Amino acid sequence: MTNLAWIDAALTAARPQAIGALLRYFRDLDRAEEGFQEACLRALKHWPQSGPPRDPAAWLILVGRNAGLDAARRAQKQEPLPEDAEIPESVDIETELAERLDNAHYRDDLLRLLFICCHPDLPATQQIALALRIVSGLSVKEIARAFLVSDSAMEQRITRAKSRIAKAEIPFAAPGAVERAERLGAVAAMIYLLFNEGYSASGGSAQLRLSLCDEAIRLARLLLRLFLDEPEIMGLVALLLLQHARAPARLDAEGAIVLLEDQDRGLWNADLIAEGHALIEKALRHRRPGPYQVQAAIAATHARAGRPEDTDWAEIDRLYAVLERLQPSPVVTLNRAVAVAKRQGPATALAMIEPLAGPLAGYFHFFGLKGALLMQLGRAEEARTAFGRAIALAHTPAEAAHIRLHLDRLQAESGRA
Amino acid sequence: MLYAILCYDDEAAVESWSKEEEQAVLGKRRLVQQKLAAEGRLGPVARLMPTTAATTVRDGREPLVIDGPFAETKEQLLGFYVVDCATLEDAIETARQLKSGEAGGALEIRPLRLYRPASGPAP
Repeated sequence: MTNLAWIDAALTAARPQAIGALLRYFRDLDRAEEGFQEACLRALKHWPQSGPPRDPAAWLILVGRNAGLDAARRAQKQEPLPEDAEIPESVDIETELAERLDNAHYRDDLLRLLFICCHPDLPATQQIALALRIVSGLSVKEIARAFLVSDSAMEQRITRAKSRIAKAEIPFAAPGAVERAERLGAVAAMIYLLFNEGYSASGGSAQLRLSLCDEAIRLARLLLRLFLDEPEIMGLVALLLLQHARAPARLDAEGAIVLLEDQDRGLWNADLIAEGHALIEKALRHRRPGPYQVQAAIAATHARAGRPEDTDWAEIDRLYAVLERLQPSPVVTLNRAVAVAKRQGPATALAMIEPLAGPLAGYFHFFGLKGALLMQLGRAEEARTAFGRAIALAHTPAEAAHIRLHLDRLQAESGRA
Repeated sequence: MLYAILCYDDEAAVESWSKEEEQAVLGKRRLVQQKLAAEGRLGPVARLMPTTAATTVRDGREPLVIDGPFAETKEQLLGFYVVDCATLEDAIETARQLKSGEAGGALEIRPLRLYRPASGPAP
């Protein structure tokens, strides 16, 4: 690996920590970003010669802080500087700073930064864009491409989010236990949404989408490193890893969706699956189940089956029942119906999803499943109607193409009859 | 003498490597391992899952089970090699070869005091 690649990775890794700390000093997101930017420029100049610092984040924080104070000094020339601003930049930054930045601060800085991006006043799309820009450090252009909007539209989205945050009150006091739990929940939800953006492939190229998934996993790991004993965060990371493990098998060469039961399981990423299993096992020891853990357990049950016919549908049905209790939603019931169909047949599953017709009237997957169940029951005409509805609701050409395959099959069968 | 060569690095930085960079590092190290294996000097090699998957059992009145690694440090133990080397110089040379062309992180060389090769079926 080249020196430059290493520095790049070190800057990316240190970024959330450094910006979080700079935000605490400056209490202003733009100034924190500018300070970090300046520190990165100096790192690119100094590190290749002096070698990498032992603690890149600490180095960047101190240099970024000095750069920010210099800028402030230039802005108001006459004002004498406060005492503690006079930190020499060149001396042994690391030993000095390592002592001063204790772990508790680190943790609150990072959590605050993540939480600000997930501020409840911001719509989800702005939360995600802001997190990718501020915490992950993706360029506006990269984010715009992943979400299929123009650069200027994305720029606007981020600016709007920032100005909304500037108006809102940023919580700088160390959070209490309840508050910390609330922030943690908001951050976990944002990461989950980000991952789904990448996973659901609702637009953009597959490559760009996958990098959103990678980024979500990186953020989730970051969060888990802050809360090593939080079972729901273990569950979140496990869920993302187990889902992501199937990515290489989810689309065929033409970009068409390959259903779980038709996927080449040899393409699944065994490393990610093993890590997901390890995390789930750890989480379950805490006996504090939550929606992420249960969803991860469902994904793990699928991952354990070497062949589709080995799938433990009884276990999956049981887990969905737990999820229905923890987080009742028609979509959860719809998913449970898939397991029920496998165990008790399509008629039972169909009866189970009938009551969902109202709440899921605009949901592609509802009509996809309904059509498939009707088809299995030999009710071709009704199946065709459901599939037609699904196509109308499809978000991507791949989704529509998949349903069309079913329709073609119905067509062929009726032709034979 | 058998030596363990322990790999330390900042886990967050390693996770920020691109896939190409990771492949380049692993590929380069594999070449060194192939050479060691051909000379009959390579023992077990392991890469550890991230420390977020770690569990620590600590001594207490009742042994305490704690999530996470033993020590929360900047650099974490990420994996190890066991290598047969005639002298410490040889071990240092092997570590140099493994580390060449990389930036960041460190390899720690520890002579083995006891070594029991696997006795059960290989995992």
